[in-house]
Amino acid sequence: MAASISGTEADTALIAAHKPTGRISDPIFVGLLWASGIFVLVLLGLIIAMLFEGGLPALREFGISFLWSTTWNPVTERFGAGVMVFGTVASAVIAVIVALPLSFGIAFFLTEIAPGPLRRPIGVAVQLLAAIPSIIYGMWGFFIVVPLIAAYVQPPLIEWLGPIPLLGALFQGPPLGAGMLTAGLILALMILPFITAMFVEVLESVPPMIKESAYGVGATTYEVYRNVSVPYGRTAMVGAVMLGLGRALGETMAVTFVIGNATRMSASLFAPGATIASTIANEFPEASIGSLKLQALLQLGFILFVISFIVLALSRLLVRSKLKG
Amino acid sequence: MSSLARRRTTDYAVKAISTGFAALSLVLLAWILWTLLSRGLPALGPHVFTNITAPPGAGGGLLNAIVGSLIQIGVALVIGTPIGLMCGTFLAENGRGTQIGNVVRFVNDVLLSAPSILIGLFVYQLLVVPFGGFSGWAGSIALAILVIPVVVRTTEDMLALVPIGLREAAFALGAPQWKVVTFITWRAARAGIVTGILLALARAAGETAPLLFTSLGNNGWSLNMSAPMASLPIAIYQYAASPFEDWVALAWAGALIITVGVLTLNVLSRLVLAKMK
Repeated sequence: MAASISGTEADTALIAAHKPTGRISDPIFVGLLWASGIFVLVLLGLIIAMLFEGGLPALREFGISFLWSTTWNPVTERFGAGVMVFGTVASAVIAVIVALPLSFGIAFFLTEIAPGPLRRPIGVAVQLLAAIPSIIYGMWGFFIVVPLIAAYVQPPLIEWLGPIPLLGALFQGPPLGAGMLTAGLILALMILPFITAMFVEVLESVPPMIKESAYGVGATTYEVYRNVSVPYGRTAMVGAVMLGLGRALGETMAVTFVIGNATRMSASLFAPGATIASTIANEFPEASIGSLKLQALLQLGFILFVISFIVLALSRLLVRSKLKG
Repeated sequence: MSSLARRRTTDYAVKAISTGFAALSLVLLAWILWTLLSRGLPALGPHVFTNITAPPGAGGGLLNAIVGSLIQIGVALVIGTPIGLMCGTFLAENGRGTQIGNVVRFVNDVLLSAPSILIGLFVYQLLVVPFGGFSGWAGSIALAILVIPVVVRTTEDMLALVPIGLREAAFALGAPQWKVVTFITWRAARAGIVTGILLALARAAGETAPLLFTSLGNNGWSLNMSAPMASLPIAIYQYAASPFEDWVALAWAGALIITVGVLTLNVLSRLVLAKMK
């Protein structure tokens, strides 16, 4: 009896001993936690505000037509974002078109075909593609891929597909190697691991029961994948593709090395082009503080931020809505 | 061909193509690594680590770039890790299921994938223009902004794995929240949190774009954080695009160093994470 009373007393003493420290330091600690949470929000707000404010003079100078004007002439100081917006979207769309079937295939392989012990190592190896820095893709693309494409891919395509009316417009121009298509291919390889990883995550969340019932009525592995697993995860998988698209839109160094950096609009996949990110990286060194060119580059940055924000936000909403339900 | 035979054939064909795609991705990874090894290894000598960058033909190395990178990454981690750690803790402990928590998580996810070149432009506007010049500080802060979302994400994920009962036990003993978090949940999730920091380090180490407009690069020896500072990715960028053979060779050597470092960090962290889950 005495022991239990002293035990209670000890507990009371322990709580009493803790309370003063808790009373003073807890609000500080919890305040710090809240502050860092709010900090992230402020950070995003600041980024948007600074880019917008920095580019505002260019917007005032050229008006809203800055968004689609295809003039980019540093000599006469006439600037427009049209070519870069087109290049950004076109290269990212090419990347998604190329990466999507590959991701579907690799996710199918990783979830249904690969033998158990091989699954993880191969999955990790695919993920390592995402870890390689952008500039390494740029060097590899510039020194290895561009010459190969110029020598073996472009000449036959220009010869065979070039003369076809309409479609041929995509395959015009000299076989330079560097250009929109090459940038799209390198970007595809870079976003492939992101899309694949999320595909695998979604496919693994498909309840085994519904897959088994499909197998039970005699469906093949591919039929289950196509008619059960993929439809089940459709929303989140669209989100995954959007994430890949968002990543491709803002990729800088790799694209700068292989896109050819020409601020001209061209319908040909082989023509050199420019993205917003590559233009900023390329032309920034020649833009002095306060110059109209710098303001135009900042405005380009703001446009890129808005585009990628919308795409990434959409991606998160789609992925979360599905994984939650 | 019967319907069953046709369906089987389709199944085999798709399986073969999918296996081919997986093999293709591995071949491409191996190709990139092979390129780095075959071009970087011959260029990799002691001079890379002992000499600073020099004009073409003068036998320069990458010492100042390597040291500059290490300093900037170090400072970026010192700035970014506490903020990321606290924000991740906020999301896992205070913000779970609340409106503000969801907004912070969403914004963090956007920052995680936001174009890194824009972070560079932002820091340029925020620090380089007002303070009158490119600096190691600006570079470090740009990298810190890239570090934060990675740390937030892994910290939250790892803290979510800590059983609620552990926290409840500590609270039941009368521990205040700061003690529960620092002594119980952080300690329980320690390995995972450290892994997140390593992943953030790996990301910061390879980033080039945000440094272009912040620390700019420096061809001399400088440890002054208030002056332009050399970094490995910027040196690689500058050298790879140059017409001089020895500079291009140095670029490959630098590329090999970065990639080996980044991939090692990634494999290590994945091993730790796999064990945790």
